[in-house]
Amino acid sequence: MLQVENLAVRYGALAVVDGVSFTVEEGQWLMIVGPNGAGKSTLVDAVTRGAAYTGMVRFRGRDTADYRPAELARGMGMLMQSHSVGYSFTVEEVVRLGRYAWSGGLFSGLTDEDGEKIDAALAATGLEALRNQSVLTLSGGELQRTFLAQLLAQDPGLLILDEPSNHLDLVYQKQVFGLIRDWLKAPGRAVISVVHDLSLARAFGTHALLMNRGKAAALGPVAEALSDGYLAAVYGMDVRGWMREMLGQWD
Amino acid sequence: MNGAKWKRPQRGEGFRPAEYLLLALITLAVALFCVCVGSVTVPLGDTLNAIEGALAGRDGAGTAAAIIISVRIPRVLCVALTGAALSLSGGAMQGLLRNPLADGSTLGVSSGASLGAVLAIAFGVSIPGLTGGGTTVMAMVFAFLSLLLILSLAHRLDYSLSTNTIILIGVVFSMFANSMISLVAAFAGDRVKTILFWTMGSLAGASYGNVLTVACALAVCGSVLLLHARELNAFAIGEDNARHVGIDLRRVKLVVLISVSALIGVCVSIGGTISFVGLVIPHMTRMLTGPNHRRLLPASMFGGAVFLMLADLLSRVIVRPMELPIGVVTSIVGSVVFVYIFYSTRRVR
Repeated sequence: MLQVENLAVRYGALAVVDGVSFTVEEGQWLMIVGPNGAGKSTLVDAVTRGAAYTGMVRFRGRDTADYRPAELARGMGMLMQSHSVGYSFTVEEVVRLGRYAWSGGLFSGLTDEDGEKIDAALAATGLEALRNQSVLTLSGGELQRTFLAQLLAQDPGLLILDEPSNHLDLVYQKQVFGLIRDWLKAPGRAVISVVHDLSLARAFGTHALLMNRGKAAALGPVAEALSDGYLAAVYGMDVRGWMREMLGQWD
Repeated sequence: MNGAKWKRPQRGEGFRPAEYLLLALITLAVALFCVCVGSVTVPLGDTLNAIEGALAGRDGAGTAAAIIISVRIPRVLCVALTGAALSLSGGAMQGLLRNPLADGSTLGVSSGASLGAVLAIAFGVSIPGLTGGGTTVMAMVFAFLSLLLILSLAHRLDYSLSTNTIILIGVVFSMFANSMISLVAAFAGDRVKTILFWTMGSLAGASYGNVLTVACALAVCGSVLLLHARELNAFAIGEDNARHVGIDLRRVKLVVLISVSALIGVCVSIGGTISFVGLVIPHMTRMLTGPNHRRLLPASMFGGAVFLMLADLLSRVIVRPMELPIGVVTSIVGSVVFVYIFYSTRRVR
């Protein structure tokens, strides 16, 4: 579904992402993990054409540079790490924009299908009660769910999520990850997500890309890529031991 | 269900026809009021008779009718269209740049347009067969070039195009453009009088030709902007998000900036710089309609027309029988609102 070959992003002399290659097939959930500053967010920015890069990104067999913006948005959609909205749009107005790529010409209104997708997205993210509320009054988690609802309304085949559980309390974290796992069950779909929480990555990911200083330190099925040896090399600590110790607090 | 338009009434984003009718009626009523009142106040009945007579092709009887038909009506129409055009462009820029203080005057676009017009006058740039065409085209081109220059400078200094950076650059650019205007005027020789007269800026002598020019610009560029309401909504929510939902950022930016420059250029070439209309009206409209451009842009046009007609009326009657420049009235109102917006947006952050 997505092939990334030798992708690099440079800011001046600094290579933030340095020759990373990976592929994502239908049904897979690729977790991109690594310490702060490893280049995870920049990598997904480049994949969605938000950062200038060298290398090749192919989506459904075609170079993403050859897609028109709306065409690409019907295929892949992205949830950003943080959001700040300048004006007091309502939750529904933000979610509605998700249907932009599917609309016909300048004059066409929303169709029944658009309406159903918007309603379904609001329901799935638990925002029905807030649909007419101004986004300026929302908490960080509610705002994050608003943009997730926009992404679900956009209905792309590939979801790219940058820190989707950012700002979310535990209840919604569980709900959102469960929601995405269910979403992934339909054919023709795949997910890429940047996560910090290694337990979440192991619990929900099918594959993982472990990054360190702009390079891929490990890539493969989640249990292999996040094995003790690779993690120790990247994080410089006994990750499993620390996780167990933390978990031990609950016994 | 298939292909049927989705019609649950509470979901409609734009205004309903009845609401448009109401806005149009209010604007028409204000226009009639402004046509009647002035240094000589003509009763409504006589005004309507004069209009009817002129439409029927009869020559107006008496000076009152002559004032109404050949002075007041073109002036009020031109003022209304200018107000609509300026506040529409202000509203569009505030959405595109996600900056509630953006406007032709705060960004320096109006000054740039003035410079273009002054150069056209000084060097006698003209388009054969079109009186004043050279000035108008030069003002439009310079408005667009200034906008490009200001935005690319701001972009280099501060990627996020924050409110402060962009306004600061706008102010500096305005100063630069104004000193260039003085420089050009100093070397313009016998054309200095025309330039000085023009930079004073006034819609007092507006002709039906001027009305037609602004009306055409508004019909073309205004429609383009209104048709991009959804894209402007996306920009107002956030540029990165706009890209992710599939908006062609470069195309939309270019189309909106060209339309805005054309509108500001035409307005400046006819009425000089009228500050702050594009700042104040969209801001006040937004408080009533919300930020959705489907409602904000049309409402701003009506609001701008009404506001500028009333400002023009005030400038005509406040020191009767003399006249204030209309920019004086809008600047007084505008600077107060500017400070208020600046203050309230800073407090939130």
